Amino acid sequence: MAAPEPEAPTTAPTRAKDHSPWNWLLFVPIVVPLIPVFFNGDSPRVFGFPRFYWLQLAFILLGVGTTTLVYQMTKKRGDS
Amino acid sequence: MWRDHLTEIIVFSLLFLLVSAMGFVAARWRAPKDMAHLDEWGLGGRSFGGWITWFLVGGDLYTAYTFVAVPALMFGAGAAGFFAVPYTIVIYPLVFLVLVRLWSVSHRHGFVTPADFVRNRFDSPVLALLIAITGIVATMPYIALQLVGIEAVLKTMGVTGDNALARHLPIIIAFAILAAYTYQSGLRAPALIAFVKDSLIYIVILVAVVYLPYKLGGWGDIFAAADAKFDASPNPNDGILLNGNNQLQYVTLALGSALALFLYPHSITGVLASRNRDVIKRNMSALPAYSLLLGLIALLGYMAIAAGVKPLPGASAGSVDNNTIVPLLFDQQFPDWFAGVAYAAIGIGALVPAAIMSIAAANLFTRNIYKEYLKRDASPAQEANVSKVASLVVKVGAVACIVFLDPQFSIDLQLIGGVIILQTLPAVALGLYTRWFHRGALIAGWAVGMGLGMWMLYQVASPTRKHFGGSAFPLSEFGFDTARTIYVGIVAVLVNLAVAALLTLALRAAKVAEGVDGTTADDYFADEGDPRVTPGTERNADSAREPVA
Repeated sequence: MAAPEPEAPTTAPTRAKDHSPWNWLLFVPIVVPLIPVFFNGDSPRVFGFPRFYWLQLAFILLGVGTTTLVYQMTKKRGDS
Repeated sequence: MWRDHLTEIIVFSLLFLLVSAMGFVAARWRAPKDMAHLDEWGLGGRSFGGWITWFLVGGDLYTAYTFVAVPALMFGAGAAGFFAVPYTIVIYPLVFLVLVRLWSVSHRHGFVTPADFVRNRFDSPVLALLIAITGIVATMPYIALQLVGIEAVLKTMGVTGDNALARHLPIIIAFAILAAYTYQSGLRAPALIAFVKDSLIYIVILVAVVYLPYKLGGWGDIFAAADAKFDASPNPNDGILLNGNNQLQYVTLALGSALALFLYPHSITGVLASRNRDVIKRNMSALPAYSLLLGLIALLGYMAIAAGVKPLPGASAGSVDNNTIVPLLFDQQFPDWFAGVAYAAIGIGALVPAAIMSIAAANLFTRNIYKEYLKRDASPAQEANVSKVASLVVKVGAVACIVFLDPQFSIDLQLIGGVIILQTLPAVALGLYTRWFHRGALIAGWAVGMGLGMWMLYQVASPTRKHFGGSAFPLSEFGFDTARTIYVGIVAVLVNLAVAALLTLALRAAKVAEGVDGTTADDYFADEGDPRVTPGTERNADSAREPVA
């Protein structure tokens, strides 16, 4: 890859952007929903839902929580 | 008879007319000074903020067909149909970083399609052409399937005819209106309509998941009814839980579908239309709201079992059309006017993705076939015009697929579509991170992955068909002593990657020319307001050149 061209100091982008250690957290909601032993069962039931259904729906919250956390932690400072 | 469904038909038609009017008005919504530019028509001026992007991409990914087909799958096969939930969970963390890189590099260089990026990155018009054709071929049947969603609703309302033309007339009219306002307003039309569509769907589903369990005796009874149905069926692989043989298929299908979804041209169009990197990142956290909705919609399949819904007959004698179970459930359980609202939600739900998909396919044709091979000096205004016409052609093709061919053909093609679009992963998604792969090796990997994927799909039998019976490939075909199955797309893309990697080493050792990378490391982090991006001057320069060209 070519070397970055010289830039005016106003250019915000830096390489550090997607090299934050927080990004590794994103693997949690990718891996956990793909392991059937966690959810492929009937008990315990919640509101009549077998575990297979309520737990996988709950994984949505895991996904939202993780992506929100990573976004907040890697956000540019002083940028809205 | 349609007379029994008069209220439903009136509510459906009124809502349909409302959004059609919105589609035409959309041309003036956030209107630019100069609409005659592909960035305006095809990407809404690359200006959409968080909310619009949320509705647009949500309306784009979670299509009417999904809303009809996923509960139909649950109705027919049980737990295996719930793969849609993990699928739409893993996708967002998976593409969180990838898509912002694609947005940045496209913003910096004015790319409109994924093939534009590949052409520049790997300096290979051939590879770009393959990516463009793969995208168009994968998208066409997807558009046709949106019509299947509308048809399921029309069928339930009794709007059918004696001959093929009369039966399809309502769909032809609906698509003609859609084509007209997409032609005029471009991506702004589906963006504006998506607000109505998604609001309707959220209302309908929230009412359905509260009201229907109350009417049907509670969730415990609904799951018990589903369990009883699958116990009684002879198929060993259905049931309200997975068994030892279909778990691998379940997770590979979820992962493979997630990898494929954002390679589809229409998803990328939705993402590139957003204003900056932040909008995309925020949406990756907010879009799972639709996944929750999809999970609840999937369970409508079990509610239909509990309510004793019997699907309407299918196109061929003796078959049943499981896609009609959700409309039938609404018809049976809801008051007529509310069923009409629900039908409108599904019908309008088909229009938004169909519009975006046809725009995406048209952009691919314009940028990577027309401009590359037919008219190299096309001005942005000419590009926009070609795209508008191409979007009409794509829609006519989709309607023709449904009117003249067995709908089953479109369903098969869509199944194939998911597998073939996955073969663009090494060039498009990995290409955003590394240029290690050799362009020749990527072409070879693509070809091998396509061939293998098609052969595997051809081998899959189902109880009713010998070939193209699904995407669950029995591992015993590879000589393993097991009844387990795996998703075709995953195997094909892994082989694709292996071929690309080995050939890269070989081509590099043979010192075959690699071309020049048109992007720099910094391009992948460019954001809104980047001083190196000057679309205004670029556009002026182009229009200044126009009289000469």
